[in-house]
Amino acid sequence: MPAPKSERLLNLLIMLLVQRRPIAKERIRELLYPDSRPDAFEKMFERDKEELRSLGVPIEVATIDPLFEDEVGYRIPPEAFALPDVELTQEEAAVVGIASRVWQHATMAQATTDAVRKLTAAGIDVDLDALEIARPLLTAEEPAFERCWVAVCERTAIEFDYQRPDADAPMRRRVQPWGVVRYSGRWYLVGYDADRRAERVFRLSRVQGEVRLVGPPGAYDVPPETDVRQIARRMAPPMPTTTAVLLVREGAGHGLRRAAERIEVGVAGPDDHTGWDRLVLVRPTQGLADEVLSHGPDVVLVEPVAVREQVVARLTQALS
Amino acid sequence: MSRQTPAPGARDQVARLLTLVPFLHHRDGVRLEEAAALLGTTPKQVVQDLKVLFMCGLPGGLPDDLIDVDLDAIVTEEGSPVTEGVIRVENADYLARPLRLSATEASAMIVALRMLRDTGSAGATPELVDRVLAKLEAAAGAPHVEITPSPRDAQQVRVAQLTALVDEAVARGVQLRLLYFVPSRDEESERVVDPYGVVAHGVFSYLDAHCHRAEDDRLFRLDRITKAELLPSPRTTPARAPRDLAEGLFNDDATPDATVVTLRLEPPATWATDYYPMRDVRPREDGSAEVDLVVVDRRWLTRLLLRLAPHATVVRPAEFTETFTARAQETLSLYR
Repeated sequence: MPAPKSERLLNLLIMLLVQRRPIAKERIRELLYPDSRPDAFEKMFERDKEELRSLGVPIEVATIDPLFEDEVGYRIPPEAFALPDVELTQEEAAVVGIASRVWQHATMAQATTDAVRKLTAAGIDVDLDALEIARPLLTAEEPAFERCWVAVCERTAIEFDYQRPDADAPMRRRVQPWGVVRYSGRWYLVGYDADRRAERVFRLSRVQGEVRLVGPPGAYDVPPETDVRQIARRMAPPMPTTTAVLLVREGAGHGLRRAAERIEVGVAGPDDHTGWDRLVLVRPTQGLADEVLSHGPDVVLVEPVAVREQVVARLTQALS
Repeated sequence: MSRQTPAPGARDQVARLLTLVPFLHHRDGVRLEEAAALLGTTPKQVVQDLKVLFMCGLPGGLPDDLIDVDLDAIVTEEGSPVTEGVIRVENADYLARPLRLSATEASAMIVALRMLRDTGSAGATPELVDRVLAKLEAAAGAPHVEITPSPRDAQQVRVAQLTALVDEAVARGVQLRLLYFVPSRDEESERVVDPYGVVAHGVFSYLDAHCHRAEDDRLFRLDRITKAELLPSPRTTPARAPRDLAEGLFNDDATPDATVVTLRLEPPATWATDYYPMRDVRPREDGSAEVDLVVVDRRWLTRLLLRLAPHATVVRPAEFTETFTARAQETLSLYR
């Protein structure tokens, strides 16, 4: 009976890890795949290497003998394989424990759990009890988030359909991702757009359908000194805002009053049931009409005139 | 007879062993159940993993080359795991260190730490978090991943701080004074409450508390608490666990004033189904939807209808249409 696959994988790992020099494929076959036919061996060996690599095991291909460059072998450099020494104080280890509870996204939460396991295995005691204390929570509801993150970590090019708000239909985009950024409560992808030949920022919530990985990992380099956060800030389309002038009934519109830049008390209003105040505030244009309407007869929008007309049109239509 | 491990589990099994062996190496007398807890698996699985390890070792296959596992200490003669059994592994020094953090693990951790630092929560001072970040970044070995959270997601930080304050009030058994904003009534009010705890429901977190103004238990959305402070006065009502919101925010039996209202939402208004708790949503062919929602406060419904105008209409009961129409007419008259 052939050895179970996990046994074979582990033996392969140990063999490549303990030998100083690269081991030729033929030798690997003799020792670990003795009963397999050549084509079956090729397939199995390729798959096994991929499985180990997917665990994060660095398998290198190197020349065995400097005089015969075409003879290559495989090795796992111990310094690239193992976690370097990490010394954490008890206090620092507690911070790691808290950080491992920050992510609310399943895959990311799993990644931090795995990281803590490795640190624990390295001899650090991360206390995971008594950590039900306040901590910020990080979420990522955008379906495109996970693939983009993986692509950034692996330096793999991606393509996806992207819906710009001003376009009729989504457009296919091909991107080399440089980073994923959270900026004012949203996730953005920053990268090099292969078709437009320039850096671009994409709002992940506007990605339609699946993000596809294209080509091998490590396919490109991120330009040195790239600051994705700064790029996102510079290029993310700002939410269009407008200065609104409102008449607000005395004692009403608390939310608006808190956001107001200027409040003029006791101005002439559209009726004399109560007193009226004039508020000036900067608001996102989108949703301004909704917000004003929700206040009913307590708030009257004076400016911008275009939004005022929308309000009137919507009320008229609702009453027709 | 050794059971063959199913292929899809092989990778995971190797991953577990690469964590387990260093864990054992750094500690003395690790019991089977401890190892299972670390790996997030069962003692039985750990035994199976160790049986695989037992078959591995240096190439050559001589007895001395193989890893030695004392299986007798962790498996009974009948083959069931001994959870109290101490795991002993020898001849595996070359696996004494765990794998490096993968790029995803390292970056997920680093982003979480930055978030902690930027929010200054949980008593983690920026200096302390920076020390941890420096150590992990040095150890990660992964290419530096340019992933950054927004420095301050103000709302989230605020909610985290309020949660901490509530937890402290609960732990100390004291009251809280809140300034609370109720958009449906457009009013801001001061209340003294005996807090039970913070619970999450959907995208929002709520404070469950006994409100002395209402003289009843109430839920307060944390992001609408504009101010909160600890009071020296002890709570006057008994503490209990915060209520479970899994079933939804409204327990219809407990709110006698509640009415079920059916609305027709045209496509521009269907977003509301994602934002407000709906009891039922019935999408229609033309993209519109008919929804049922539980309304406790009529003013809230009127505000919602105005906000969605003219894309939302009341199907039943008719009285709500009248209220809305009167309100809309009054509003429109102010623009004439």
